[in-house]
Order: sequence, then C-alpha cells, then structure tokens
Amino acid sequence: MSGSDFAGAVRRAHAAGRLVVQPRMGLGDPALMRAGLVATKAAAARTVGTITLDSYTRIGDLESAERAVRGGMDLNGYPIVTHGARATRRMLDGVADADFPVQVRHGSARPARIVEAMCRAGLSATEGGPVSYCLPYGRTRLDVALHDWTRACRILASNRPDGATPHLETFGGCLMGQLCPPSLLVAVSVLEALYFRSMGITSVSVSYAQQTNEEQDREAIAALRGLCAELLPDVDWHVVVYAYMGVYPRTAGGARELLAQAARLAVDSGAERLIVKTVAEAHRLPTIAENIEALEFADGVAAGRPKPAGRAAGHRDSEVYQEAHALVEAVLNLAPEPGRALVTAVQRGLLDVPFCLHPENAGRARSFIDADGRLRWAEVGAMPLRGAVVRGGIKALTASGLVQALSHMQRTYDAAALERSRRGAALGMSS
Amino acid sequence: MGSAGRGGRGSGDVAAVRQSGDVAASRGPGEVHQARKPGAVREPGRMVVVSSLSSDAHTWNLVFLQLLIEEAGFEVVNLGPCVPADLLVSACRGLRPPLIVLSSVNGHGHQDGLRAIAALRAHEELATTPVVIGGKLGVGAGDRTAVVKELLAAGFDAVYDDVPDAEEFRGLVGALAAIRS
Ligand code: B12
Repeated sequence: MSGSDFAGAVRRAHAAGRLVVQPRMGLGDPALMRAGLVATKAAAARTVGTITLDSYTRIGDLESAERAVRGGMDLNGYPIVTHGARATRRMLDGVADADFPVQVRHGSARPARIVEAMCRAGLSATEGGPVSYCLPYGRTRLDVALHDWTRACRILASNRPDGATPHLETFGGCLMGQLCPPSLLVAVSVLEALYFRSMGITSVSVSYAQQTNEEQDREAIAALRGLCAELLPDVDWHVVVYAYMGVYPRTAGGARELLAQAARLAVDSGAERLIVKTVAEAHRLPTIAENIEALEFADGVAAGRPKPAGRAAGHRDSEVYQEAHALVEAVLNLAPEPGRALVTAVQRGLLDVPFCLHPENAGRARSFIDADGRLRWAEVGAMPLRGAVVRGGIKALTASGLVQALSHMQRTYDAAALERSRRGAALGMSS
Repeated sequence: MGSAGRGGRGSGDVAAVRQSGDVAASRGPGEVHQARKPGAVREPGRMVVVSSLSSDAHTWNLVFLQLLIEEAGFEVVNLGPCVPADLLVSACRGLRPPLIVLSSVNGHGHQDGLRAIAALRAHEELATTPVVIGGKLGVGAGDRTAVVKELLAAGFDAVYDDVPDAEEFRGLVGALAAIRS
C-alpha cells in the first residue's frame, strides 16, 4: 500500500526538473488527516505528504493523547500511536503510493514508540536527530535521547515495507528556528546525517532552514552540499529547504513573499525539496486549503525560475563553509561514533545553540543580526570559531530588544507588503 | 523589591525530577551571556516563576517573559519547556513566588492550563498566589471567550489569550513590583 520510496520520488521529480513541495500538516482526526493528504496529492504541484504529530505524542504523554481523542478535543497534530496501525493504514489506503510517499514529522526526543507505530502502519520516512529533536523540544537528557534515537534508527533501518528504503531527514538545519548563525545549522545537519549513516540508514536528507539574508543562505546550502559530498559519498542524500521557521509575517502578502524567497533559494541552490509555510503561520495552525494554496504558490514560483547552470564553485572559500567545517571536524574528533561525538560536543560546549534553554546546552554563545541582515556570532563560548566573533554587535539583552531581533523578518516582509499594496492602491486611483 | 537585573538565576537547583530521563529545570537567559552574580541568595517569596506547560516545547516566549519581569525588578526562576504539573507544583511550593506566570503557544494551553491550575490550587500555600496564563492557548480559530472564562473559573487570576503584545501584562508586573518594594 504505502510501500513507497521517499527519496526515490524526490529523485524522479528532480530529474524531471521539478522541486518537490511538502506541507507541515497534522490533523488529529483520521478522516481530516486523510482529507489533508488527499488534497496534498491532488494539488497542482509536485508534492509528497506529511503527517505531523501532536505535542502529547511527541513527549510520550499517551494518556493525554488518549483522553483528547476520546473527549473529541482539538489536537495540534495526528496522534499516530493512539490511533494505532490499523486506523492509520486505513487512513492512508489508496492515498500513499510510490509517487506520493508520506513522511512522519514528530519532534520527539524519544521517538522509538513513534517509529515503531509508523513502521507498523507501513510508513518508512521520518525526520529528526538526537540533538535537533532534543535541545529545542523539551527537557529530556541528551544521553537518554541518544539512546532512544539509536533504538528508533534500528527499528527504522530494519523496516522495509514492500521493499521501500527507510528514509531519515535531519532537523539539524533548523534547531530553534531563528537567530542561529548558519554554520552551526549546517554542521549539526551534516553530523546528524553521519549519525544516521552509522545506524545503517542509507537514504537521508539534510535540512537547512531559510534565515535572514539571501546571500548567506546560498553560501550555507553550498557549504552543506560540499560537506555532504565529502563526508557522505556512500549514502543517497538530498537537500531539503525549510521556508522561514521563525516569527512569520502577519500579512498574507508578506507571508507569501517570504515563501517565494524560500522557493527561489531552493531552486537556485539546487535543493530537491521545499517545506512550505502558509499565510496562517503567524496566527494559528493552517487549514487544509491554506496549505494547498502555499504548495501551489511555491510550485509556481519554482517552476518560473531558471535552473542553476552547474554546481556553485568555490564554496570552500565562504565563511559558512569554513566555520561549519571547523565545527564538524572538532566534533568528529571527540569519539569514533558520530552519535556519541554529537552528545559529548554539546555537553562540552563545542556545539552551543544561542538562546536554547536546555540545561545541557552551554548557553555561552550569542548571535545577532548585522546591518546587512546576516546572522553573526557575538560570542562563541567553547566552539572552535574564535575568529568568527564580531565585537560590539550587541547591546544588553532586553525583552523589547529580543522581540525586535525575533521579528526582523516579520517587520521587513510586512512593511514591504504594505508598501506594495499602498502603491497598488495609488496606481489604481490614478489610472 | 531590589533590582535583580539580569542576574536572573536559572533554576538548576530546583530539585524535582519526574521521569528519570528528564532534566529537572532549565536555566534562564541571563546565564546565556552573564555569569551568576556571586553570593546572590534566592529568598523564598521574592522569585517570580515563569514556566511552560506539560506538552509545550516553545521557549522564546519564556525567554521574553523572563526578561520583561526582570526589567520590572523581580528575580525570575525560569522552569523551561514541557513542565509537568507535579514539577511545577514542587518548584512553586519551595519558592513561594509572589507571581506565577504560565505560558503556552502550541495550542494545548487550554487543556494543560486547566490541569496545572488544579494542581497548584490543591495546595494550601499556593491557594491565593497570583497565577496568570497567556500565549496561544487553543488550536481552533473560533470564539475564544468560553476558554478564557473556563480558565478564570478554574482559578487563574488573569488570562492573556493571543494578545497582540504584552504591554497590559507589563503594567501588571510593574504594579506588583511597586506594591512589594
Ligand atoms: C519558533 C517556532 C517554533 C520552534 C520553537 C523552538 C523553541 N524551543 O522555542 C520549533 C520549530 C521547534 C517549533 C515547534 C513546534 N511548533 Co512552533 N512556532 C514557532 C513560531 C514560528 C515562532 C514562535 C516564536 O518564537 N515567537 C516569539 C515569542 C517571543 O513570541 P510568542 O511565542 O508568540 O509569544 C508572544 C505572545 O504570545 C505573548 N505571550 C506568550 N506567552 C504569554 C504569557 C503571558 C502571561 C502573556 C501576558 C503573554 C504571552 O507574548 C509574546 C510576545 O508578544 C510560531 C509561529 C509564529 N509566531 O510565527 C510557531 C507556532 C507557535 N508553533 C506551533 C506549533 C503547533 C508547533 C509544534 C506543535 C509543531 C506543529 N504541530 O506544528 C511544535 C512544538 C512541539 C511541542 N512539544 O510543543 C503553532 C501553534 C498553533 C496554535 N497555537 O494554534 C504556531 C503558531 C505555528 C502555526 N501557525 O502552526 N515552533
């Protein structure tokens, strides 16, 4: 039924010159979840499907998930463990297939039960990582997360419904969603892919979330591709771009333009897949219709964009590459197994995520957005990035200063959208 | 209330572990860039508690609220993301906070908030402590007044559901700080 090969479908689309677009979609009720997948499949775009899980299932609070399902309460995603394999297979029947594979997005630091449930339901693609699904997603200890992730990877690696190849995507390219300089995102994305490979996963995708400066984003994806080419020669990998994961524009015009920018970034950098955001992002969970609109809009932008002529040369000279390379090298030197190396690196502050409250994150690194909109390091703590520090970039942190930094993209894109509609109105009046 | 500034200590020493795999408490943003103030003593009755609810992993909201409350002159214990009701209760019973600020934006705040307030109010020493909740408390786009009423009836002193900014709340914290100084 759903014995679909996730990476295979993406590869075929790429060969045909199409960017694969994918929603962030999760509905608590199986009938609604099915309707969302059916609509995604039918959209006028090259799509794959998503099942995003609810927060109770993510943290392993199955009792609350159960109570919500029984009480008919709204959930912020699909409770895959609670609904069980039979209901999920029925939900997917006739929808998931070789050309429309479905991925589970779960945000869980302890994913073994979730991976078990999805495998029993015939699904074989998911995402995450022992660091990227731990530090931003709660208070689970890193060694506990690594242990559970290792179990989950073993379950996934041995699961081949209808011969499908298990697929894992890193969330390392996103982390906290905002205010993290790209080199750290690229490094964690690559390191988690190396961890997946060490667990016997042979088909991976590496993520990168759009940040605050177009040129820096291009450098970051070129660096990501370069590092993967060097370090993952024996693995089937592709790049997935996430439309901006931080505080989103409030206006529909601003939200669409930021998504358009993400689609252009994906095409120009040779990425194979894009995960979209909708006009509802700043406000509430999107409806199915809003998701379809975003998918078709992003597909239209991507289709109208000329494909890049060749691989960007000279990616090794960029600041992002050099910093990411230094981080990856320092981490891999800590231990022979990438998983252990990753966890030790966080515990020693060799990877230090700005503004992350997880108690095992060193919390000494600081970032800021410079006058060009580039994300930069103000402090690097114990990370091997001493030369990257820009002095004098930040003032004392205040509540309004934090909101100012967090809403940089929202402000920029909302202002431009309002200006466009003002000019449009003026033009309309004069003609 | 003395000016605590950004000494806002993390709560690494609030000892209450629920599940073996979880870390008891998180640090505050103050520690992100500033060392702890040497000799800062945590007196019961003076530290405001900021906390997420059981299922919510978002933390930017918590960092924002901690800074805002510190700017009013309080010290803050930030319990961090995904705080189960029993951890919230044990931290608050020890600290006797002048104010408890709960925040949730993942859409489960309504359900998780009802459980948290029931657990807090079940303890005599927390029966009259001011407790407020805010963020994006529900999933649906529909009428939210019923949710706000239900949370108020359950024992919250104020509910800030999907407010455009936190200015009204800033006023409340400022007034509370003035009374106590
Ligand atoms: C960054 C982000 C993330 C990051 C969070 C990293 C981290 N550890 O913090 C990541 C990518 C990991 C993430 C994950 C998820 N997210 Co999220 N996330 C966001 C995003 C883009 C920005 C949030 C942010 O940083 N805001 C900045 C802070 C400072 O502002 P704020 O949180 O909005 O709070 C303000 C007010 O609400 C208010 N406030 C908040 N609390 C309180 C309390 C009081 C007392 C007062 C007075 C005021 C107040 O003051 C703040 C300043 O104005 C928002 C959408 C958006 N806004 O653009 C979605 C959003 C909050 N996420 C959402 C969801 C659902 C999730 C997930 C469950 C995944 C999913 N199913 O889609 C998971 C969380 C898993 C879990 N266990 O909870 C939804 C919530 C929907 C809803 N409520 O109906 C949103 C709105 C996106 C959407 N449209 O779907 N997310």
